Amino acid sequence: MNTDAPVSDSGAKPIMTARNVDVFYGKKQAIDNVSLDIPENQITALIGPSGCGKSTFLRCFNRMNDTIQICRVKGDIKFAGQDIYDPKVDVVALRSRIGMVFQKANPFPKSIFDNVAYGPRIHSLSESKDHLEDIVITSLKRAGLYDEVSDRLDEPGTSLSGGQQQRLCIARAIAVDPQIILMDEPCSALDPIATAIIEELMDSMKEKYTIVIVTHSMQQAARVSQQTAFFHLGELVESGDTKQIFTNPEKERTQNYISGRIG
Amino acid sequence: MSDEHIVSSFDEDMSRLRDLFLEMGRIVSSQIQAATRALRKEDRMLAKQVIANDKQLNRLESELNDLAIKILALRQPFAGDLRQVVATLKSAGHFERMGDLVRNSAQRTNTITKAEAETGSIETLVQMSETVQVMTNSILTAYERSDSEMAEEVRMQDETVDRLHNSLFREMLTYMMEDPRNISGCMHVMFMAKNIERMGDTVADIAKELIYMATGEWPEGSRTKKDKTSRIVIEPEADA
Repeated sequence: MNTDAPVSDSGAKPIMTARNVDVFYGKKQAIDNVSLDIPENQITALIGPSGCGKSTFLRCFNRMNDTIQICRVKGDIKFAGQDIYDPKVDVVALRSRIGMVFQKANPFPKSIFDNVAYGPRIHSLSESKDHLEDIVITSLKRAGLYDEVSDRLDEPGTSLSGGQQQRLCIARAIAVDPQIILMDEPCSALDPIATAIIEELMDSMKEKYTIVIVTHSMQQAARVSQQTAFFHLGELVESGDTKQIFTNPEKERTQNYISGRIG
Repeated sequence: MSDEHIVSSFDEDMSRLRDLFLEMGRIVSSQIQAATRALRKEDRMLAKQVIANDKQLNRLESELNDLAIKILALRQPFAGDLRQVVATLKSAGHFERMGDLVRNSAQRTNTITKAEAETGSIETLVQMSETVQVMTNSILTAYERSDSEMAEEVRMQDETVDRLHNSLFREMLTYMMEDPRNISGCMHVMFMAKNIERMGDTVADIAKELIYMATGEWPEGSRTKKDKTSRIVIEPEADA
């Protein structure tokens, strides 16, 4: 793989760049020399079979892999031109710029309001109680949840349905005004309607945010993303324009995977 | 691409789709052959058989459409599979249209044979028909092999049909001008020629679909159309 040139050719300005990234869990190499650009205000989908390294790669972007002791990340990952693995980087601040939504909705055992207010509070983003309320309401609106919960903001977040809980987690992520939102299979536990609502939400969110999503659903990747990157056995096999990947991929391995010929 | 899909019933559906398409193509080819023979031999029985056989094509096309829609809806194919389903679906529509054109030609053979209408030489018409039949057979082979180069050759062969059509058009106009009693038969021949010319274009369209199916790219540039009949005027004085 070319070590210098960006792998993405979407033409959009990259907000995040990964060059020659290797990830090891102990001695086992999970990611092998991956270079990829994440274009700004677009949705990038990472696809590939289980164990291909796509989630591991996603977690490099906000240093979530730091929480795993045996995990080592090599290579160069830059966010807005800055090396995010620089020892001087404040990881907590980094994660407020690069939020994350997980496979299983994980609201805090707090009220709907407090779930969303949590981030702004710990990052001291609000100047007053009214300001905090503004942030919470705006975030809930941006996550497409406000109308459904406006009359019960003091009820527990866990009382919501699965799809609503996931949108609550999205609201919580955007409350700290991030630039990038990482999503690790955000719809895998949701029914088709809740999934469609989140996909519609993602589409509207990309005007303000850059989204990177890991998904096992090829149809979802095709529906929501502008750029798709296909991982296999820890390597980035191919990345590019989503339409191109799903109609005429360059590499045979991509062709075989997306058409159901390798698992 | 690996041959086998993880889901074997997907392979079965795709294989059935291909078989239906090839069967349609083979019927079109044999219909062209039979229609040409009926014309040459003035065989009204055979012409009627060609007309009746067209129903088979319509039935197969309908089955193919249902299957392609089922594959798209239930299997949601991607990449090469997607291209194959879409190209096959569209091309099957082209074959069905060719079937209609052959049927119309057979009807005209029936009419002129029954009326014993004067048509002059039908050699050029037969030649056109034979060329389209060869193109049809080649396109079926190209489909089976997913051979884009062969499809490109077929696409180019349409020029021969267009040239023959131009020459037949002149022949018929001249023949009609010689004696108005020839007009009825010649008009039928000209419509038959137009049918065959359209069939040539249609096979070229299928070739285009197959190139996309095999390569993922549409062929560059438009095909040179050699059919000039829409611009030909022959003045009686000039010919006298």
